[in-house]
Amino acid sequence: MTVATLEPTERSRRADQDAADAVAAADAGPLLKAAGISHFYGARAGCENVSLELRSGEVLGIVGESGSGKTTLLNCLAARLRPASGQLAYRLTTGRTVDVYGLSEAERRRLTRTDWGFVHQNPRDGLRMAVSAGANVGERLMAVGARHYGDIRDQVTDWLTRVEMDLERMDDLPSTFSGGMQQRVQIARNLVSQPRLVFMDEPTGGLDVSVQARLLDLLRGLTNDLGLAAVIVTHDLAVARLLSHRLMVMRQGRVVEHGLTDQVLDDPQDAYSQLLVSSVLQT
Amino acid sequence: MNAIENTNHGGNGGHGGNGAGGHGGYNFAYLDEQSKRMIRRAILKAVAIPGYQVPFGSREMPLPYGWGTGGIQVTASIIGRDDVLKVIDQGADDTTNAVSIRKFFVRTAGIATTEETGQATIIQTRHRIPEQSLLPGQILVYQVPIPEPLRWLEARETETRKMHGLADYGIMHVKLYEDIAKYGHIETSYDYPVRVNGRYLTAPSPIPKFDNPKMNDMPALQLFGAGREKRIYAIPPHTRVESLDFDDHPFEVQTWSEVCALCGADDTYLDEVIMDDRGTSMFVCSDTAHCAERRAAGHRGPDGDAAPTGLVP
Amino acid sequence: MYVAVKGGEKAIDNAHRLLAEARRGDPETPELTLDQIREQLGLAVDRVMGEGSVYDADLAALAIKQACGDLVEAIFLLRAFRATLPRLAESQPLDTARMTIRRRISATFKDLPGGQVLGPTFDYTHRLLDFDLARPAEAPPGSAQDHGQAPDQPSPKDESMPRVTDLLADQDLIEREVPGDPHGPVADLTREPLAFPAGRDLRLQNLARGDEGFLLALGYSSQRGYGRTHPFAGEIRMGEVAVEIVPEELGFPIVIGEITVTECQMVNQFAGSATVPPRFTRGYGLVFGASERKAMAMALVDRSLRARELGEDIVAPAQDEEFVLYHSDNVEAQGFVQHLKLPHYVDFQGELVLVRGLREEALARRKGAAE
Repeated sequence: MTVATLEPTERSRRADQDAADAVAAADAGPLLKAAGISHFYGARAGCENVSLELRSGEVLGIVGESGSGKTTLLNCLAARLRPASGQLAYRLTTGRTVDVYGLSEAERRRLTRTDWGFVHQNPRDGLRMAVSAGANVGERLMAVGARHYGDIRDQVTDWLTRVEMDLERMDDLPSTFSGGMQQRVQIARNLVSQPRLVFMDEPTGGLDVSVQARLLDLLRGLTNDLGLAAVIVTHDLAVARLLSHRLMVMRQGRVVEHGLTDQVLDDPQDAYSQLLVSSVLQT
Repeated sequence: MNAIENTNHGGNGGHGGNGAGGHGGYNFAYLDEQSKRMIRRAILKAVAIPGYQVPFGSREMPLPYGWGTGGIQVTASIIGRDDVLKVIDQGADDTTNAVSIRKFFVRTAGIATTEETGQATIIQTRHRIPEQSLLPGQILVYQVPIPEPLRWLEARETETRKMHGLADYGIMHVKLYEDIAKYGHIETSYDYPVRVNGRYLTAPSPIPKFDNPKMNDMPALQLFGAGREKRIYAIPPHTRVESLDFDDHPFEVQTWSEVCALCGADDTYLDEVIMDDRGTSMFVCSDTAHCAERRAAGHRGPDGDAAPTGLVP
Repeated sequence: MYVAVKGGEKAIDNAHRLLAEARRGDPETPELTLDQIREQLGLAVDRVMGEGSVYDADLAALAIKQACGDLVEAIFLLRAFRATLPRLAESQPLDTARMTIRRRISATFKDLPGGQVLGPTFDYTHRLLDFDLARPAEAPPGSAQDHGQAPDQPSPKDESMPRVTDLLADQDLIEREVPGDPHGPVADLTREPLAFPAGRDLRLQNLARGDEGFLLALGYSSQRGYGRTHPFAGEIRMGEVAVEIVPEELGFPIVIGEITVTECQMVNQFAGSATVPPRFTRGYGLVFGASERKAMAMALVDRSLRARELGEDIVAPAQDEEFVLYHSDNVEAQGFVQHLKLPHYVDFQGELVLVRGLREEALARRKGAAE
């Protein structure tokens, strides 16, 4: 992995290249392709027979009430939970498409820690609370072999700046941060390895409304600037509208509606989607 | 691996009980031959996979856990009647625990012992590597309290084994990063983690990091025994052993502005000895045998005449 | 004048002499015999046999005497002795249903086949110091003069005493204990190191050898809400069971002796899952001798450690397999805690150099900042 030692200028060049790749992706086929994903808890279905495709730079929102199976699906897609059945294919930077659950554990770990990111709702699940913010952000670089402290430090500084963190706090423990700041550190920790695909589970859940709004702005800016593909699970339709290009509505483990975000939210076809949208609009 | 071969005539059950060197009712070198074979198999596996911690059926020894039961079991399994044993603790042959372990082997195996590093075929150690370079054919047996270098970062054995399996060691550098961010340099002064043969992250046991460079490319075989934790690992002769660091913060060893007060050595690990209650102290070699050899050869430190050779109270 | 630490050998010999003296105490007092320890400090002997993993009351008594009554030290002595013993045969599983009962109680049923047998227990004694015991009894207990009455229960009981858990199992109210292959290998911690996840055989062996105090605290914590298991003492029985082996040349089991054991079967609530209807689950404890407190604590912890198997959340120390199994052994624990007494000069010197360096840098920085 050479990502770790790229200079900032080179990195932005790579970002441009990624954007170009995203345009060309129509020919290259989907970045992530899931077919017939099902997972069960005992007799109850977590998610059932879900298929989807995600292209480079595309942001997919998954909405539904709690218990609808959206987090189970997210975990299946993010290689965190092996589904009972179904296929998950991913196109690597090399252009080769691989069966994610067919990879060895070492290969899968590497993939999920370099080319992918995962932002947890609770920053405690995604951060090491006992080491500094800077070390949290630098971990991925060190995991793939970065061995120059100064370089690591520079990249950490760069990413903490991009998520608008106060650099004075770089060597402080995340446990001393507010929820919003912790979430920014978690995002930087994921993006430092320049992933092409990021999974997010209620990334703004549990935050104050004003903090939420600033974080959403940041996320939207970052996904746009970096050409990130993302799968975002949320119960908040406003978040889905702001961030996602396409939207999936889930209920009882199944996808009941799937389409462009504006289409689904403005003109829902499925009865349950209509209920979901109207109930939100009423509140 | 002379000593391993030696055990072939060192005992194969027939010597049990009252054979020469045995101690009433116990086998040569205490352990029964079946247990020794089991331990030797673990050692062979460990040598074949340098730095990998091999689980083994550690036996309860008549010395407490933490006193070197792992090292004792390794030594007991490889020692033969022709071996010459040296035992050190903190670098010295005469610390109580070294004396006690040496006595144990004299009593149960009747083997010859020595304080001279060059004369020993097996050296069992706690917390030091002798100053004098070891020779091909010698075996250095380390007593290890915590064999898992990742233990302070990850408490779970199930997780650390997975991390070793996947060579997933980024977290170790996170710790070093954290030290530099906080203190400006790496804070670990002993049990400083090493990478063996470019693969396994390995605990060198609580030797001072001063001794780490001696592990690299050592002509002697290095065996590590952790009795309570039931692990054996090994570094075969002439294996690459690297201490973790960063390119721009390279690994460094301790240095002293003083020299050994007794023998004048300026390149050894020094113990600080408090002389009085006003803070006066002197520095002497931690490796007492090395210090004595130097003095016998005529070397003198600033306080060299104040302490008679032999250092008897 | 510098005097190095020398003369370790002499110091050790001297320490051993002092220990021997301390062990003997005042020579005017008659020396303890092993018979006295075995017969009159029986519960101490039982604990040492159990955690020492050797059923031999005379050796346990010797260990207690040698250890000046320090039971953990005595356990250590017995364990080290045990490690050198050859393994001649493996016994058949004990059949505690065929126990010659001296004590048998159930907290779940008022009456049951075979009845409740209190047996020798502290349970209903008033914990008042009995100053009569301070002087030697004038006549041996059990004779007519001793408090006028001999115990009227003709022990041991031998009528049919089915186990409470078997009665519940007949109605499918409690999970069945599915015996593994009786001829299959049983894990043995004394030959193979712990590996995770640990099977129940390994866990139970670990707990049976585990420190009574540690298990007591863990079991207690599970009752106080750290991983609740809602236990009932289904049955506790103590008495003698036969130990059988099957010599290869015979091909059928023969009895090689009897041992005293205490068995505790805890009955615990279980809500059921998607595939399993609600029913009671089991926690099991078995120890050498009359060691009821240990057997009960063991049964509580056994049940807590089954959290993973039963799909319960692992939230408390008693449910955490690695935590419990790695820290239960008092021979390991006492050794490692006390090894801190051994010299650590070399490591401490490393830390001294480091801390001095850090302080110098910090002071220089402060000075630099002030200027």
